[in-house]
Parts: sequence; structure tokens; C-alpha cells
Amino acid sequence: MAANVLDEPEVEHEIQDATWTLNFGPQHPATHTTLRIVLELDGERIVKATPDIGYLHSGFEKLGEHLNFNQYVTIVDRKNYISPPMNEVAWHNAVETLLGVELTPRCKYIRVIISELARISDHLLCTGAAALDLGAFTAFLFAFNLREQIYDVYEEMSGYRFHPGYTRVGGLLYDFNDRVLDRVRGVVKSFQNVYADMEKLLFKNRIFLDRLRGVGVLSREEAIAHSCTGPIARASGVTYDLRKDKPYLVYPELDFDVPYCTDGDCWARFAVRMEEMRQSCRIIMQCIEKLPSGPFNAPIAEKFPIPDKATTYNSMEGLIQHFELIMPNRGLETPHDEVYAAIESPNGELGYYLVSDGSQTAWRVRTRPPSFIHFSVFPLLIKGHLIADIVAVLGSLSIIAAELDR
Amino acid sequence: MNTTSATTTDEHQATLKTLAQTLGEGVFTQSRFRDNLRLHVPASRLIDLLRALRDQCGFKLLSEVGGTDYLGYPGRTGARFEVHYVLRNLETSEYLIIKTGVDDPDPTLPSVVPLWSGADWMEREVFDMYGIRFEGHPDLRRILMPPEFASFPLRKDYPLRGRGERHNFPRLLRGES
Repeated sequence: MAANVLDEPEVEHEIQDATWTLNFGPQHPATHTTLRIVLELDGERIVKATPDIGYLHSGFEKLGEHLNFNQYVTIVDRKNYISPPMNEVAWHNAVETLLGVELTPRCKYIRVIISELARISDHLLCTGAAALDLGAFTAFLFAFNLREQIYDVYEEMSGYRFHPGYTRVGGLLYDFNDRVLDRVRGVVKSFQNVYADMEKLLFKNRIFLDRLRGVGVLSREEAIAHSCTGPIARASGVTYDLRKDKPYLVYPELDFDVPYCTDGDCWARFAVRMEEMRQSCRIIMQCIEKLPSGPFNAPIAEKFPIPDKATTYNSMEGLIQHFELIMPNRGLETPHDEVYAAIESPNGELGYYLVSDGSQTAWRVRTRPPSFIHFSVFPLLIKGHLIADIVAVLGSLSIIAAELDR
Repeated sequence: MNTTSATTTDEHQATLKTLAQTLGEGVFTQSRFRDNLRLHVPASRLIDLLRALRDQCGFKLLSEVGGTDYLGYPGRTGARFEVHYVLRNLETSEYLIIKTGVDDPDPTLPSVVPLWSGADWMEREVFDMYGIRFEGHPDLRRILMPPEFASFPLRKDYPLRGRGERHNFPRLLRGES
């Protein structure tokens, strides 16, 4: 017997090509939300990833068949809770397309401002959290500090910080006042600093770049075949953006660019999101400059907007319409038809397929959830990478489980 | 928000012409509302129509697949379920909605996963919520509801508050884990 274990002749082990299985989530800090992935591993390399979702399924689409068009706005807020105003704009865009309500110019501009604030807020979370997961804690704090300021805007405009519930059929809950506009200007001003800080911290950060470049590559063909939209498709070279290609609200009147990359890796998705935030700031500044005065709700003759309190208490028409819309046994006629309308949300196309049976409650509310579609690409992106790359890929896809499972 | 119907009519001319040339007349019927153009097609010709749209008309992106249950819908005469497909042409920004009806019992449609891999999860969701089976789908399992769930929750005959499943889910206690 040899004196040292190391001197023993090496025993020939039977080479095992068996893979092993690892459960990732549903409660894992790097998933940020509740989602589970079953990984089949060869050492540390991922052979196959099988997502298992539905942990946060709350029947939002079923609820949409029981709440009226204005009530449901509180539910859509809770889908992508990182950018609630964007969901509200998408939902009421679909309802107003169904009803044929034309918004006032002021309302359109305000809706663009809140959409773009939501886009900044969403991208800040996505880029900041991507950095956090890869160990760059400081950039995350800068990003979240600015998100707090965006929440202050929500609070000032609607009274609610997290789920503003700000849009109404044909208009808004309240008008923008000067204090809100000051806060919006404050966000845009701080954004320049935050962007500069994040740029310094991340854009030339060797560790960060190494973790993102060449990881999770999605080609242009794959992106189209897998129905990807938004920043994820644009990072793969699909330049489709509904704000430019199917313009809604006042986007045709605004000057902005649609950034895109052709690499399709995690870095490209990160870079596209960073640039989109700068473009959103440009849009917001133009909107504040051009913001027209005038009413923010569509006229009462349109029948669907809820009149504001002053109109309700001081005019007969306002009172009658308020009664008609609020009393459960009343209600106005809606078209006996169905419509699909979509907008460009921070994560891609957010659409609603709305079927109406003539009442004020939808017959069917189908959401086209970008998170759901992008998560289905995940097994393709992660294949052949290491366990440590999971957080990089997940972070670049920006999966919001509440929207994923609805 | 609303585009006029005059421009949308022109927008789809070329597509409809190509479709008529490729598939012949009478394959689908059209309906329009606001800026939506819907093509209603029987399940037997669904794949032909979608393939023609993808390969001949340039509708490369399948934007969305979803189902609807029309049980008890006022004035409804057709099939109970309908599945819609939203297709987008990335070059011309044109979009179309394809609708196909499918009826009880045992609603079955051909799967479009061979045409677009993106349809995978969306078809699984329609199956999960409505029980519509997609023939040729590589992995047709429930996606949002647990596998042991027996009903299809978005059907109109399924109550909003459920049938008590939530209180009867099997539970794994600490001692048994």
C-alpha cells in the first residue's frame, strides 16, 4: 500500500455521460419574481432548460369578463407592475378603439408622457437589476433612486405611488398640473446624471462586458420565428417599433429614434434598453414643450368618459352621464363587435383582443403579454451556457411574472 | 387612436389579391371593424391560408394567438369557440387577424407550431384555458394551471370563483417531504 493516497494508481471510472437535474426557483433571488426552471446539466453546462410557469396565475383575463372598462384598469396595473401606466394606456387604447372615442390633444400628450416615464422606469429596473445580478451593485442603486422619483410623479399626478390607475375611458383621472410637470422635468434632469453614472460604471466594466457579450445569442430569424418584439427583437436586428410603424397617440409628431443592434446577445439587449431611455427623455421633453391646453377628457357628448366632479355637480348633463355610467343597472350601448389594438410597451408589443357583447363589460379580454412570449425563448437562449449565465439571460429578457402568468 | 377606414381598405388590397391568386376564391370571408381586417377561415384551410400569408404575402411575424368562448354570446350562430391569429408584415406594417371557429365536443385545430415556433406557448395557453386541442403540437401540456386541474377556466360555463379546486389542492406536509 502506498504511503500517500496520491501515489495510488488512478482507478478507471466508468465514464458517465448521465446528466443531472437542478431545480431553479420558484423562489430564487435572481428570478426577481416567481418562476421556476428545471435544468438538465452536464457538469455546469446546461443541456436543457424547461420553464415551469403559472405560480402567479391570478385569472386576470377571467376577471376582465366581470369588471367594466373603467374598473379593469386596476387589474391591468397589476400585470406588468414595473410600468403600470403603460398597461393602462394599452388597455384604454383598445377600449377607445372599440368605442371609437377620439381623445383630446392634451390627453394624448399626457398619455405619451406617462408611457415614456413608464418605459424609463421599466428599463431602469431591467438594466439596474441585470447589473445587480452580475455583481454591480452601485449601478442598481442609482437606477432605483431615479425610479423613486418616477414614483413621485405617479403620486403627484394620481395620488397613488405604485398602481396609479390613471387613465379612464376617453380621458384621465385628473389633469396634469404644474407640480406634476415640475416633477417630470426633475426626472428628466436627474436621468442625465444617472445615465452618465451608469455609463461610467458599466459600459467599460470588463467583468460586466465579459458576462454579457456573446451570451444568449438570438438571431434575427429566430427572433421573428419566436414572435419576439420590442427591445429583444430590436437587439437582434428587427427594427419594428409600433410607435413608428403603427403610430398611435401623438408619436408621429415627435422626433425620436429607434435604437437597434444586430448582435442579439445580452449586451445588445442591455445597450438597446439604455439608448431607449435616452430617446424616451427626448420624447418627454418635446411633449412638455408642446403640451396643449384645453380639456383632458373627451366631451360628454361622446357618452363614455366619466365626467369630472365639477361637471357632475354643476351641470345636468354631467350628472346624468355620471349616473348612467356608475349605476350598475344602467349603462350605455357599446358596439357588438371585437377589436385588436396594440401599443409598444417597454418589453414589446402589448395588445388587447377585446370582444364586446354590447354591454359595458367585455365578453373576452385577451392580453398579448410580451413577457410570456419572451420567456418561451429562454430555453433556446440558455442552451449550452453555464449556470451562472442564467441570471444574465433572465435579466436581459426582463420577465415580469405577474404579466407572464396573469 | 382611430384610423379612418378609407386608408385601411387600400392597405390590404395587394394582400387580398395575392391570396385570391394563390388559394382561389371562397376560402375565407372578410369582416372589418375600425382598422382591423379579419379573415374568417374554416379549420380545414387554416394552415393553407397561414402558409400563403407567411410565404407569399410577407407576414413573417405571428404576433399573437388567443381563444374566445362564445357560449351564450348574444346573436351567436356559429361555432362555440374561435381562435384568432394576429399576423404582422414587418416590411409594410400591415397586420391581419385570422379567425377560425371550432365547436364542441372535442374541439380540435391544426397546430401552427411547424410554421412559427412562437406559437408553442400561446397554443398551450389556449389549450389550458379552453381545452382546444392542437393536432401536431410537439408538447401540448397545461401551462398556467397545474397538471391535475380538470376544468378549463376561461370557458363561459366555468364560474368566476371556481369550483372549489383551490381548497382541495393536494398538500405536501413537512413530514412527508
